[in-house]
Amino acid sequence: MADQIGNVWIFIEQEEGKIADVSLELVCKGRELANQLGVKTEAVLLGNNVESLADTLYSYGCDTVILAEDEALEPFTVLPYARVLTDLIVEHKPNILLFGATFKGRELAPRVASEKLAGLTADCTDLQIDDFDDKVNKASYQNKLMQIRPAFGGNIIATIVNTWDDPQMVTVREGVMKMDAPDSNRTGELVKVTPKLTDAEKVIKVIERVREDKTVDLKGAPIIVSGGYGVGDKETFAMIKELAATLGGEVGASRAAVDAGWIDHDHQVGQTGVTVRPKLYIACGISGSIQHVAGMDDSKKIIAINNDPDAPIFSVAHYGIVGDLKDVIPKMIKAFKAKA
Amino acid sequence: MSYSILVFVKQVPDTQNISGEAMKADGTVNRAALPAIFNPEDLNALELALELKDRFDAKVTVVTMGPPTAAEVLRDALYRGADKAVLLTDRSFAGADTLATSFALSCCVNKIGNYDLLLCGRQAIDGDTAQVGPQLAEKLKLPQIAYVEDVIDLSFDKVTAKRAIDGGYEVLECKLPALMTVMDANTPRPQAARRIMKFKRAKTPSELSKAHANADYTDAELLAEELAVLEEKGLLINEWTANEVGADLERVGLKGSPTKVKKIESVVLTASESKMVEATESGIGSLIQELIEDHTLG
Ligand SMILES: Cc1cc2nc3c(=O)[nH]c(=O)nc-3n(C[C@H](O)[C@H](O)[C@H](O)COP(=O)(O)OP(=O)(O)OC[C@H]3O[C@@H](n4cnc5c(N)ncnc54)[C@H](O)[C@@H]3O)c2cc1C
Repeated sequence: MADQIGNVWIFIEQEEGKIADVSLELVCKGRELANQLGVKTEAVLLGNNVESLADTLYSYGCDTVILAEDEALEPFTVLPYARVLTDLIVEHKPNILLFGATFKGRELAPRVASEKLAGLTADCTDLQIDDFDDKVNKASYQNKLMQIRPAFGGNIIATIVNTWDDPQMVTVREGVMKMDAPDSNRTGELVKVTPKLTDAEKVIKVIERVREDKTVDLKGAPIIVSGGYGVGDKETFAMIKELAATLGGEVGASRAAVDAGWIDHDHQVGQTGVTVRPKLYIACGISGSIQHVAGMDDSKKIIAINNDPDAPIFSVAHYGIVGDLKDVIPKMIKAFKAKA
Repeated sequence: MSYSILVFVKQVPDTQNISGEAMKADGTVNRAALPAIFNPEDLNALELALELKDRFDAKVTVVTMGPPTAAEVLRDALYRGADKAVLLTDRSFAGADTLATSFALSCCVNKIGNYDLLLCGRQAIDGDTAQVGPQLAEKLKLPQIAYVEDVIDLSFDKVTAKRAIDGGYEVLECKLPALMTVMDANTPRPQAARRIMKFKRAKTPSELSKAHANADYTDAELLAEELAVLEEKGLLINEWTANEVGADLERVGLKGSPTKVKKIESVVLTASESKMVEATESGIGSLIQELIEDHTLG
């Protein structure tokens, strides 16, 4: 290796002392990238009284946990988080920095990227290491992070490379990267840092905070029945829920159905929703845009119900049913009840 | 004294119907080939600004960066109730990623000066990155509140806002000036007929000179006079270049963008062994039977 390149960092998101799934997924992916580059996998953990989370992070593959604790880091507010993270980057010069594309990650990462003058790519669906020949600027780069995401309406997949100063920063949605099993025998090194925060970072005050853990667990569901814009209205969307309940599955949706207000965003599958890999995925009235397909095409079995025989969703489906979902779904419910 | 609110808006391609031809060889988007609309959440940001104007008395300035044709969204904003409009346009801005965009916008804000609140839509539908708002805040060293649903209170030194978080909401208090990004949580007011009557004549200087060129007169003096009249009537849409906002050309457009597009691939959905099932009771019945037998169901 020529110069010493920096390590792979993962920003660890925690809420009330529980690590977000997406952070652990990114630790697993980060470790894979770090192994390819021959560098370390390092977690950056911010909060107050969160040291006990370090063991979990080692077990998922972190070599180092960089821990910054301060009262001002709990609950999350963006300015102190951005300050601490930026200072750490300046000091340790990581090569890659991964964030979950959550509310927090998407508020924090751009602020840090802006101060650090680093590139940032949102909602990546794949990350790889490769070389890059920038023909326009006649420059070549080795071992860069390929930041892969669908772009512009979805007929297109773009590979984006960050050519400036490190770190190469990306956000990734929950469920996109696979979480490997933890190994409790793994250990790592804890590096405690003392945040240097001033009043300037404390100008945002939390007056009230109301939250509850997610009520849907799409990622863990073995069966998902999803409705799209073809469902037509909120009343008919109840049919999707009924089929899901009958089969013992969860309800998913395309973004068009979420945007129409028929169901909550927590149920959205795809590039800007959750990525799922159930045993069975039933897509009802969903056309099959790349942003949707990116979140479900690893499902073991896919059934598509669509009244347009040319809908792209059929090309990823194992079973295609051309027909009106208002007619097909009741038949499925009836058939299942008769057989099961 | 009234508040000065700046709202950042973007004209975006309507991403619902885009084909491969919409991409240029260098990997950037050929916007000319696409129908252009007012980015939806920017309308929510504008609506919030106009509500604040109704509640607290404010002057609302809309700002966009884009090609000359982006003046369209500025007129739209004037029709809905904005007081003033600024178009930031320059060939050197082309190909900007979010970092270069927020830098150019920050230069524009510094030229406008005097502001209390900056509002952006949470994200634009062409990229869905939600990055420009926070990056603009950082460039100006302002605090930011992302995902705002409503402003509870505004006073000269602080704003209190309700915003979404994962799984719930927060009420935050923040000192002014500040930047907020706004979610799809209000109903944008329609264009007002009377304002359309007035502001349909609002023009940028280049639109005015283009009209002159079309009419085949090239009288510079007349042009200057007409500009002065537009200005006096409040119908002039300010049009600024990179130089006019003092933007370092190394930091805007493709040059100022750390992210480069390595390649663009058309998507070929990998066809799986697909079996067509009749939409009849017997067709569906045997599908369900098959799935129960292979333990996918039940
Ligand atoms: C940056 C970006 C990110 C995005 N992220 C996501 C994401 O995470 N997830 C996502 O889903 N989308 C996402 N999208 C949006 C995506 O591009 C599509 O617009 C969306 O997935 C379309 O949803 P749909 O298939 O339900 O609707 P449509 O494309 O309108 O399809 C409706 C389908 O229903 C069929 N239909 C109509 N009536 C019936 C009937 N009675 N019976 C059966 N079939 C019927 C029609 O033939 C059609 O195929 C994103 C877009 C962008 C630009």
